[in-house]
Parts: sequence; structure tokens; C-alpha cells
Amino acid sequence: MSNNSNAIASAKDSQSIWSFLIGELKPKGKIFTPFNMISIPIILIGLGLIVFRFWKGIGAVSNVNQDIPWGLWKGFNVVTGVAFAGGAYVVTFMVYILNMHKYHSIVRVTVLNGFLAYMFYAGALILDLGRPWKIINPIIGNDFGVSSVLFLVAWHFLLYMVAQLIEFSPAIAEWLKAKKAHRILSAMTLGAVIFGITLSMLHQSGLGALFLMAKEKIHPLWYSEFIPIMFLVSSIFAGLSMVIFEGSISRIVFFNKISEKHRLEHNGIVHGLSKICTGVMFAYFFLQLIAFIHGKRWNFIDTPYGYWYLVEMLGFVVLPMILYFFSYRNHNLLLSRIAAIMAMVGIILNRLNISIIGYRWDLTPHYTPSWMEVVITLTVVFTQIWVFRWVVRRLPVLNETNW
Amino acid sequence: MNLDRRDFFRMMGVTGVALATGTSINGKPLQEDVTEFKAVLYDSVRCKGCHGCEIDCADANGLAEPPKKKDITGPRKTNEKWRTVVNTHETSKGKVSVKMQCMHCNEPACAAACLTKAMYKTVDGPVVWREDKCMGCRYCMVSCPFDMPKFEYNSPKPIIQKCTMCFDTRVSQGEIPACVENCPNEALTFGTRRDMIAEAHKRIVENPDDYVDYIYGENEAGGTGWLYLSPVPFEELQMKTGIQHASYPALTSGFLYSVPSVFVLVPALLLGMQQATKSNNINDENDVE
Repeated sequence: MSNNSNAIASAKDSQSIWSFLIGELKPKGKIFTPFNMISIPIILIGLGLIVFRFWKGIGAVSNVNQDIPWGLWKGFNVVTGVAFAGGAYVVTFMVYILNMHKYHSIVRVTVLNGFLAYMFYAGALILDLGRPWKIINPIIGNDFGVSSVLFLVAWHFLLYMVAQLIEFSPAIAEWLKAKKAHRILSAMTLGAVIFGITLSMLHQSGLGALFLMAKEKIHPLWYSEFIPIMFLVSSIFAGLSMVIFEGSISRIVFFNKISEKHRLEHNGIVHGLSKICTGVMFAYFFLQLIAFIHGKRWNFIDTPYGYWYLVEMLGFVVLPMILYFFSYRNHNLLLSRIAAIMAMVGIILNRLNISIIGYRWDLTPHYTPSWMEVVITLTVVFTQIWVFRWVVRRLPVLNETNW
Repeated sequence: MNLDRRDFFRMMGVTGVALATGTSINGKPLQEDVTEFKAVLYDSVRCKGCHGCEIDCADANGLAEPPKKKDITGPRKTNEKWRTVVNTHETSKGKVSVKMQCMHCNEPACAAACLTKAMYKTVDGPVVWREDKCMGCRYCMVSCPFDMPKFEYNSPKPIIQKCTMCFDTRVSQGEIPACVENCPNEALTFGTRRDMIAEAHKRIVENPDDYVDYIYGENEAGGTGWLYLSPVPFEELQMKTGIQHASYPALTSGFLYSVPSVFVLVPALLLGMQQATKSNNINDENDVE
């Protein structure tokens, strides 16, 4: 790469920039990998279904109905996906605000992951909008619905994507060998980080606040006035668990992209993140406990929904918390990874319980997503992974250029 | 600034006129008489369950023809085709009919939820939906405690369907809603909300044996623009009785009020923390971006 890049750096005219960009478009990895074999057909079917959805309407592919208007696309892609993207604001907070340099090597990959998650998961909103050609209305001020939590969330998605792009932009500048732009963009990082953390705190909790008005519709085991703060606190360990999970996979997939120094640092990072996750999960569990007692929820425990609630709380909050604790105590990386996966399952359960499973729990038959909805959801996730892989293979994401 | 006597008087004159006319114009509120919310009182003691209002509603709003009375089996819900339905329930006092449609809340959750103000509470009281603003996110449907906004799922250009109290075509022109005008049994009455509540209380007091002593909608969701009288408890009419007696938008106001504070205080706090921990940098300069 370095010989190649020097040649490009010397050639200044735009002609070579274009040939460089076109050259970068070519696939760089193996084509026949198991992931490709699974994801390519799903993405192709998904794209077809998306065309069908815009042609025939949402009802043609989705099982959402008059009583349950938000299904998998909102409940999983948007509400759950954004929680997993929370790693970006937590890691930038640790590195740029608290100056914990130990975590510096994971900033870029985490911010990239966060940015792409917002781009694709917030982008998935467009699939779910009945009248997407009006999407510009809340932005251009064709009547600002300022009393709406969704208005806040929509604006924050947009602004946070800009902030993340600024945070990530030095990597793009390094890729394009633009030293001057790199200096200017790097100087903007701290501002973007501060702005981004503030935005994240508000819209991570805002995603929970969306459900506050559905007071009687959400099962009392999951509805409480604390939903916004719980969403915020859980986004911290959701994001960090994603960082551990993604880091473990990247280590294998992008082995040759990671320098020896970063590879050695990785264990220490996972170790530190496990410690943070233990603490945050304990705080989160305590909040849930307060809501449980405050909401007098004992009466609901001996019901099917009560058992389901216990599965979520004990199996996927308390248990991963304990695993994180021991992984930290015993320096056990494998345990950290198991804990991360379990914590992520817990987040998926929690978000789906509020937005879909516990929403209008009184209804029979309840909503179950159609296979077409699932395929489109997977299409969004897989496309995001494709773009992520494409960027990591080309841009200095896992390693920084030393100028 | 130099002022001679002539300029001084001129200025005084201008100021004086401005003050004099200013007070006479701005001293009063912009709207002299307060507009009271309009409301409809529905009396299920008088309703014979003829379904005529369904047909009148469909005619007045250009909707599809509702099903014939003989074809109806069991209770129905409003949907993307019909804005109102009349259901007949077997109750402790025999068959009782009840008309369902948007409740036109005083503080509508749907309008607070809408990020483009497509759902809109008019000053006269009816809650309307405005096609040119809506982006189809269906957050109004998630928020509405009565589940009244309905969405055309099977259309590439969907609209939200719900009762508008005939605001655009009739009420804004001083007429009364189509269902109220055409009800053969005078089960529906239209007027200011204050008058409708008074009328409802009057009917309960005058015929205490015919009515349960409760006006559904007086306090539900902080008060609604559609008020119900019934001969039987409202549970028997399968109406939502778990609705809180307070405003729904107030449930999110606490969160929304915290936003400006967070926006001002958190960046200041973060910058302070950044400055406080900065000294760590001294030892490893090359680590800084």
C-alpha cells in the first residue's frame, strides 16, 4: 500500500485522483466467503422487495397493521440499531474528553461503525415512511412540530451524522493524501465530539421518550417514566458490547490490517471495556429494580409476560453483568466476548419488548413480522456490513497514518 | 445628538401619537372573544343503531360505501376506509349501540406526536389531518390512546384516515357535522364543549334511571371533543376505560423541557472535563491527533 500511495501523492492532478478512486472500487478481499454467500442472495431479494414495497405500499410486504403501526423496521433497525451505535459517543467521550489514550486505537473503527449504523438504520426509516417524499418537511420548517419527540430525534440523527462524519473525516483525508485538509479537519474533532456526545445523550434517551405517550399500550412491566434514562444508560453498554463484539471479529477478518502494537493493545482494551460494562450494567439493573418496585410490578410476575420479563432481566442483564465482572477479574477474553453477545441479546430483547412485543400486548392475534420484513431488515444490516468492510479495507481505520 | 426646539416638539408629537394610537390598538388582546372548543354530545340512549351516520359520513367525506346493516356481524373498528362505525352490544340493559370515531381530544396526543404538524388541533376544536405535511411515520397512531388515526397500508401514496368533525367542509363554514345533521333520532348534538357538558349533566339529572352518572370524554385524556352518555357502564360498550384522566402530551413534556438544559450545560461540562484531564497529554505528545 505504501509504495502505491507514494506514487499517488506525487501525482497532484485530478485525473490521477479519479483513477485512484476507481481503482479503490475494485474488490479487495476474497469473493467466495461464507458471509458473501449468505448475504448476496439476501441483499438481492431484499432490494427486489424494497422496489415492491414502494410500488404497492407498505402493507404488501409488511405485517404492520392499524393497531400495531410500528414493526420490525422501526423496532429493530431504528430503535435497536441506534442503541448499538452508542459505542461511538462513549468511546469518543473516553478518548477526547477524559483523555484515556489507551482506547485511542479503537476510536476510528467505532466512529465509522456508528456513522454507518446511523446512515443505514436511520435510512431504514425511509422504507417505513408511508410518504417519504415529504421527509424534508420537518427539516425545511414546513411547520416545525417542536412538541414532538420524533422531531427532536429526527434532527439529532441528522446533526449527529454530520458530527460523526467530521470525527471520521481525518481518516478520509489520510486516504486521499490531503494533508492540509487533514490538519483543518483534525482541529474540528474536539468540537464535533462535544456536540456529538450532547446530541447522543438526547436522542438515545429520546428514542425511549418516543414511547412515553403510549402509556396504556405498553405492558406495565416495561412502561415507566424512566424509559428515557434507561435507554440512555443501556446505550452505553450496548455500544461498548458492540465494540467488543466487532473488535473480536475485525481481529480475525482484518488480521493483516492491524499493526502488532494495536493487536497487543486489544486485550487491554477489552479488559477495560468489560470493567466499564460491569459498572454501567449494574447501574442499569438498579434503575430497572427501582422502576419495578416503584411501579408495583409484583402482580405481573406470575404471568407469561412476567416470566418473559425475568428472562430479559436475569438472563440477559444480570447474567452478562456477572460474566463481565468475572472476565475482568480473571482477565478472561473469551468470557468478555460471551458477555458482550449476551448483553447485546438483552438490548435487542429490551427494545423489542417495548416497541413490539409488549406494545398492545392485550391484542390477539399480535403482530409477527412477515418473512419479507425480515429479509429487508437483514438487507439493511448486511449492506451496512458490506460498506463497513469496504471502508476498512481501504481507509486507514484500524491503523493511523503517521505524518 | 443636537436637538433644537423644533425637532424636540416634532419628536414629542410623533411619540405622543404613537403612544396614543399604540395603546388603543395593542392594549387589547388580539382575539377579543375567546373561541370555545366545539364538541359533539352522543347519547347512546337515543341512538337506535341505524348506521345512518356511517352512510352520511361516507357521503360527506367521499369515502367508500359502508357495509349494509344486515351484513354486519360483531363489533367493528374504524379503518382506512370508514371514519366512523356504530357497534351494537348486548348489555345488562339489552342492546345498546355506540358510535366510534376520533375523540378530538382537547390536548391531542397525535398532534403533539406529529413532527410536521400534519395532525393539527384547530382553534375551533376539531383535530384535522393535513395531507401536504404528513410524511407517514405513523407516530400519531402509536401515541393516540384511542387508536383512531388509520393508515392506508396498501397504497403507494397512503393517507391517514380519521374523523375531522367535518371541519374543512362544514364546521369552518359555520355548519354542523354531517352525522349530527342527519341523525334521525337526535342522538348527536353539536355545540360548544361547555354547553354539551351542561346538556349532558341536565339529561342525567332529569332521567337518572336512564343514564349512568358518567360522561365519557369529560375527563378522559384531559377532556375530549366527543362526549358520550350511556345507559350502562362504559365497559359494557367495550370502550377504553383505562384511559388516563390527564393530558397525554404532558407525558413527554418533562423530557422535552430537559433538552435546552442539556444542550447548554453538557457541552460546558464536557469542555471542563476535557480541560481538567488534559495534563495527561504532556507525557505522550505524539498520541494527540
